[in-house]
Amino acid sequence: MAAMLHTIGVASPVASGGVFPDHQSNKFAVSSLHSLPMIRSEARSNLSSLHESYRAGKLIAKAVATKGENAAASGASKPGHELLLFEALREGLEEEMERDPRVCVIGEDVGHYGGSYKVTKGLAPKFGDLRVLDTPIAENSFTGMGIGAAMTGLRPVIEGMNMGFLLLAFNQISDNCGMLHYTSGGQFTIPAVIRGPGGVGRQLGAEHSQRLESYFQSIPGIQLVACSTPYNAKGLMKAAIRSENPVVLFEHVLLYNLKERIPDEEYVLNLEEAEMVRPGEHVTILTYSRMRYHVMQAVKTLVNKGYDPEVIDIRSLKPFDLYTIGNSVKKTHRVLIVEECMRTGGIGASLTAAINENFHDYLDAQIICLSSQDVPTPYAGTLEEWTVVQPPQIVAAVEQLCHSNGRISCN
Amino acid sequence: MAATAFSASKFTQSFSLNSTRSVDRPPLFPASHPLKTTPSSFLGSTRKLSLSSPSSSTSRHRRRPCRSPAVVAVSEVVKEKKSKSNVSLSNPLITKEEGLELYEDMVLGRSFEDMCAQMYYRGKMFGFVHLYNGQEAVSTGFIKFLKQEDCVVSTYRDHVHALSKGVPARAVMSELFGKTTGCCRGQGGSMHMFSKEHNLLGGFAFIGEGIPVATGAAFTSKYRREVLKEADCDHVTLAFFGDGTCNNGQFFECLNMAALWKLPIVFVVENNLWAIGMSHLRATSDPQIWKKGPAFGMPGVHVDGMDVLKVREVAKEAIGRARRGEGPTLVECETYRFRGHSLADPDELRDPAEKARYASRDPISALKKYMFENNLASEAELKAIDKKIDELVEDAVEFADESPLPARSQLLENVFADPRGFGIGPDGRYRCEDPKFTEGTAQV
Repeated sequence: MAAMLHTIGVASPVASGGVFPDHQSNKFAVSSLHSLPMIRSEARSNLSSLHESYRAGKLIAKAVATKGENAAASGASKPGHELLLFEALREGLEEEMERDPRVCVIGEDVGHYGGSYKVTKGLAPKFGDLRVLDTPIAENSFTGMGIGAAMTGLRPVIEGMNMGFLLLAFNQISDNCGMLHYTSGGQFTIPAVIRGPGGVGRQLGAEHSQRLESYFQSIPGIQLVACSTPYNAKGLMKAAIRSENPVVLFEHVLLYNLKERIPDEEYVLNLEEAEMVRPGEHVTILTYSRMRYHVMQAVKTLVNKGYDPEVIDIRSLKPFDLYTIGNSVKKTHRVLIVEECMRTGGIGASLTAAINENFHDYLDAQIICLSSQDVPTPYAGTLEEWTVVQPPQIVAAVEQLCHSNGRISCN
Repeated sequence: MAATAFSASKFTQSFSLNSTRSVDRPPLFPASHPLKTTPSSFLGSTRKLSLSSPSSSTSRHRRRPCRSPAVVAVSEVVKEKKSKSNVSLSNPLITKEEGLELYEDMVLGRSFEDMCAQMYYRGKMFGFVHLYNGQEAVSTGFIKFLKQEDCVVSTYRDHVHALSKGVPARAVMSELFGKTTGCCRGQGGSMHMFSKEHNLLGGFAFIGEGIPVATGAAFTSKYRREVLKEADCDHVTLAFFGDGTCNNGQFFECLNMAALWKLPIVFVVENNLWAIGMSHLRATSDPQIWKKGPAFGMPGVHVDGMDVLKVREVAKEAIGRARRGEGPTLVECETYRFRGHSLADPDELRDPAEKARYASRDPISALKKYMFENNLASEAELKAIDKKIDELVEDAVEFADESPLPARSQLLENVFADPRGFGIGPDGRYRCEDPKFTEGTAQV
């Protein structure tokens, strides 16, 4: 298919996800458990060859297609188009809304205002006020309304103007969104997407700088994904909308203006897979969302110092992609987790536990987890900077990991 | 106008505020209606409320307004009708078939709940079980007007709503016993009755939690008509909840949204005056819940919830409004639960005199009396229905008893609609592809 150029130098295994059972159907049917094809990423089976081809400087990534494709690059077909992350989100959303009339958007200021971060700009004039619904300020109720709509056949995308506001909707997200499929014995599905910007911004104050992924991760029955590039933002948005499960899509306030060239062809990413950002040999760095960029910045320094870190954007915060992560751990034997979540009970804490449980024998050193301080994010710029993980800390942590045996480690 | 002989129902005119069409039918309760001057049997009626002071919690008994001795409410209707010279005596409010249907539904609700109590004390069901005895008129009065495609959302006191909506007694009883043949495969329990086939959207344990879901179902109905262009989609949603819920934020938020978007929903308040041990009067600054409707731009109606015929008349109007696209209605039904809040509730706080008063207004006895007085049914016919229901409930218990308990394999099913949500394991396969997954023993 397309040979794709990444400006950030990312190789992403993508899944062919175009074969959903109700691909063209507008019926309100619920696909049965057993009719779902188990779709696996083609790249998964030849991950090592992908690694080789990346190393060789050629990158071939497969976009979703319903027609067959061959593994070899057919040369640059379409050039792709450049856009910002928030535009990528909008593109994904718009494409899904065109594809399926049941997809609708519910949230505050999503319609006439175009979204507080312009993710839904232009959609209300195009699709109408009922499909892009401006709600009153009542998070718990309009989230519940979205869930009721999802149960009765629609596919709502519920926006929290800031993820922190969704704390008010915790009742509905936990009890109804997460649990209702189970307590109804599988009768009702909730194909809702809950999305919004979160994370620490620029001096937004404590309440606008929350990371809800840690609070939501225990809720059974929901999936959590975090996007970090325009490419994966669009792909994850589309995947989340098409999923029959309720998905919470975490965006980050500071990443909306990232620019990247993405394919013109349609593609959908896999919700459960992690993304290989930079293959390496010495240490596995697991990260997501904004911290990916702090990590990549630290990687420049580390490469200059002679290290070869492998960077994985875990993307799927719940469930973890233990295959990609595990393969990496088995290769490097050293793990560093870099996240923006709080230290206590955060995603990093769960990931540390999961890696220890599953891959303990492969570890040469204790896992280091760099998280934000357990502090309400202060307003003052200097203080705020010290609450989140900065690149020098990442460099120091890698050095510590690699020297932990008293020698520079190499495999 | 036609005899609409109801006491204490106030249908306000505020729906004309946001209605684009003129009110071209005479209002149900014009200001000059003779019955408006009849003393209301409602506890918090306007005339008496000024005498009560919320702070005197010990003088609970004295605060009750004196009302006429407990007359079976329906006979008031009959008396009124008899007094009107231009109404023929042989013009009852229901036909014989309708009467028998209502009677059967209410008896089913009552017998089922009585059987639940028995089974609970015999250790066949566990946890929190909330029984509906005494409130049958509300469920029957409303739900029997619905089509299968209309949705019902309830609370934890949901057994009878499920039965009225058409969920088989066997399925409900099995669910209570925690068997795999239950309507939710045993995974929901007493407080989470769901049925996709009958459009029963639950069953919710937290109060108020279901109201937004009901609002969403009504939103879907409107969406289907206006966006998906299904011109004949006129599905209505009923949300049932109690007096305690009416002090909860979700209630108010949904009243606002439903009125704002004119959603086809009816908010039915089952005001049984008690939220566990909290009297409605102790918890609510203005106990007249129906008044809260007009504050949001929808009609607020109060009705005697112990009288199925009165409830029916209001239900017909409210559901009709919603179906015609005129928007939501708030209906407050004054009702009473004969048993405690749940089977674990010793029910010590309620005044026995209050319980006796409401017991004499038993909706089933009232309907029975009405049917006899209007020659709609004979004693034998009603007894036959009683017997039929007894057998049905016994059969439900037998079925539930003999049904299998859920196997371990059921543990991990239904957590996700798409089980890939459990993720990818270290071996590269999805967790749900692990054979142990279907056995319920996989690590996820």
